[in-house]
Amino acid sequence: MKKITVISGKGGTGKTTLSANFSALANNHVIADCDVDAPNMHLLLEPHVEKERDFSGGKIAIRDIDKCTECGLCYENCRFNAVNEDFSINPVKCEGCSVCAEVCPVDAIKMEAALTGQIYESQTKYAPMIHARLKAGAENSGKLVSEVRDKAEERAENEGRELIIVDGSPGIGCPVIASLNGVDMALIVTEPSKSGLSDLKRVVEMIEHFDLKSKVIINKFDLNERMADEIENFCNKQELEVIARIPFDPIFVDLLRKGKLLVEEKKDTEIGEKIISLWNKITNNIS
Amino acid sequence: MNITVLSGKGGTGKTTVSTNLALSLENVQLMDADVEEPDSYIFIEPDFKDDYIPVNRKIPVIDQETCTGCRKCVDFCEYNALAMMLDEVMVFPEICHSCGGCKIVCPVDAITEKDRELGKLKYAKNAGKKKIEFWQGEMNIGEESSTPVIEALKEHINHKKTTIIDAPPGTTCPTIEATVDSDFALLVTEPTPFGLNDLEMSVEVMREVGIPFGVIINRSEEGEDGLIEEFCEKEDINIMMKIPFEREIAELYSEGIPFVRNSKKWVEEFKELFLAIEGEINEKNNSN
Repeated sequence: MKKITVISGKGGTGKTTLSANFSALANNHVIADCDVDAPNMHLLLEPHVEKERDFSGGKIAIRDIDKCTECGLCYENCRFNAVNEDFSINPVKCEGCSVCAEVCPVDAIKMEAALTGQIYESQTKYAPMIHARLKAGAENSGKLVSEVRDKAEERAENEGRELIIVDGSPGIGCPVIASLNGVDMALIVTEPSKSGLSDLKRVVEMIEHFDLKSKVIINKFDLNERMADEIENFCNKQELEVIARIPFDPIFVDLLRKGKLLVEEKKDTEIGEKIISLWNKITNNIS
Repeated sequence: MNITVLSGKGGTGKTTVSTNLALSLENVQLMDADVEEPDSYIFIEPDFKDDYIPVNRKIPVIDQETCTGCRKCVDFCEYNALAMMLDEVMVFPEICHSCGGCKIVCPVDAITEKDRELGKLKYAKNAGKKKIEFWQGEMNIGEESSTPVIEALKEHINHKKTTIIDAPPGTTCPTIEATVDSDFALLVTEPTPFGLNDLEMSVEVMREVGIPFGVIINRSEEGEDGLIEEFCEKEDINIMMKIPFEREIAELYSEGIPFVRNSKKWVEEFKELFLAIEGEINEKNNSN
């Protein structure tokens, strides 16, 4: 089984649009939307939800106000400022470490499972899809990402599917790292701007830190060709292959607004052919 | 006054709004809290010099001589940051939340703590031509948790100035940390189904934390903003500004040039935005 994760460092470079188009082109695969902070693949792939369940990635402290003697030990020992001055607990700040429950001399604090979000197992026209919705303000998005990834792997394993396409999240922190666990290739989508290059540099350093194989796609390259060249120079110096330059085409935004995929609606156009040949190149690279 | 600029979806224009707003006002402090991928510096051009303030977190150090291998710390740790390997307790620093619980439960005092750097704060007190007080948080590469860097950054909020915080994208801990103590939040979105979907999530979070907010539509286009406008009308949310989808604005952005630099009209627009925010905050304070 092979696994590809599409990431970007910087948000809004076209990660999800490309992931969705690749998902329509691939065969015998499973799709995983690991951008649980802002999941958007479902808007393009229209999954039919077959199974839905709650996921808890951690705990939360609950105080029993009748037992509490207001001794203040929880307040003194909490390092997350999650215990207020009146000894009530701030659920937004609580990281579920259990220290307050441990130090409480009268067992007035219980640790309960905190709802992180919902996980969905769905079917799309192209393949099964695993996705999630994070509860507003929830902790532990990294664990939810891992759960989506694990579920996708399990599904691929059980059904003998050979490929998993993962849409990752922006940034370089916990959820991104969780979405990259065990991948055969990270596809980094960037854009030709100073911000794009600055973010790419940090993402590449993170990829090197974990020693992962990766390729770069410069999306909307013609919006600033000088910056696109600068990005390509940077990649050459890092011995990182730029696998494609994709031009800006308003058709992407038009289709996005209609919830449609380029490779379905406009596959015979120049840009459609570009995406298809890019996908073929990617599959050749991992096989 | 603190204003946080955020969005659920990445790449909608948070940094564009934060930097252009900061450059249009007087007596401003700008903080880049997008500590995984900070970009505001590109538009502000600060001279950070070489010094920085390290952001440290405490991690456990196990004295293997004293440790009896009772596993109490391993069993206690909710984050699986400790593991028993043969007869020794191993620490995984990247996933440690620094709660101090292992030290508390150890029956033989075999655990002490040491500082470990997981990020940096950089600053320039008079950055660029506008002499802005600029702060930037940076998470070290390979670290998982950005929230402590944002917390450390916020300790340097200058209450004598208007503070603008450029938040990380998303709807989880780091974004909330960057927002919770603010007087007002600006939610930046774009007129696409992705933009709307993620705006809905941001609105849910803002209501949960109880901070007044308004919306800015970036890449606004004639005849396309309807889906955001309908949502905002239904939810009774103010659309405070629209930034048009123009090639010139996109080009300036790609070169790292703030578009207010040569546009008096846009400076005025951002000043009006600020007045409108002040108005909303006062209105909220009066109604309380």
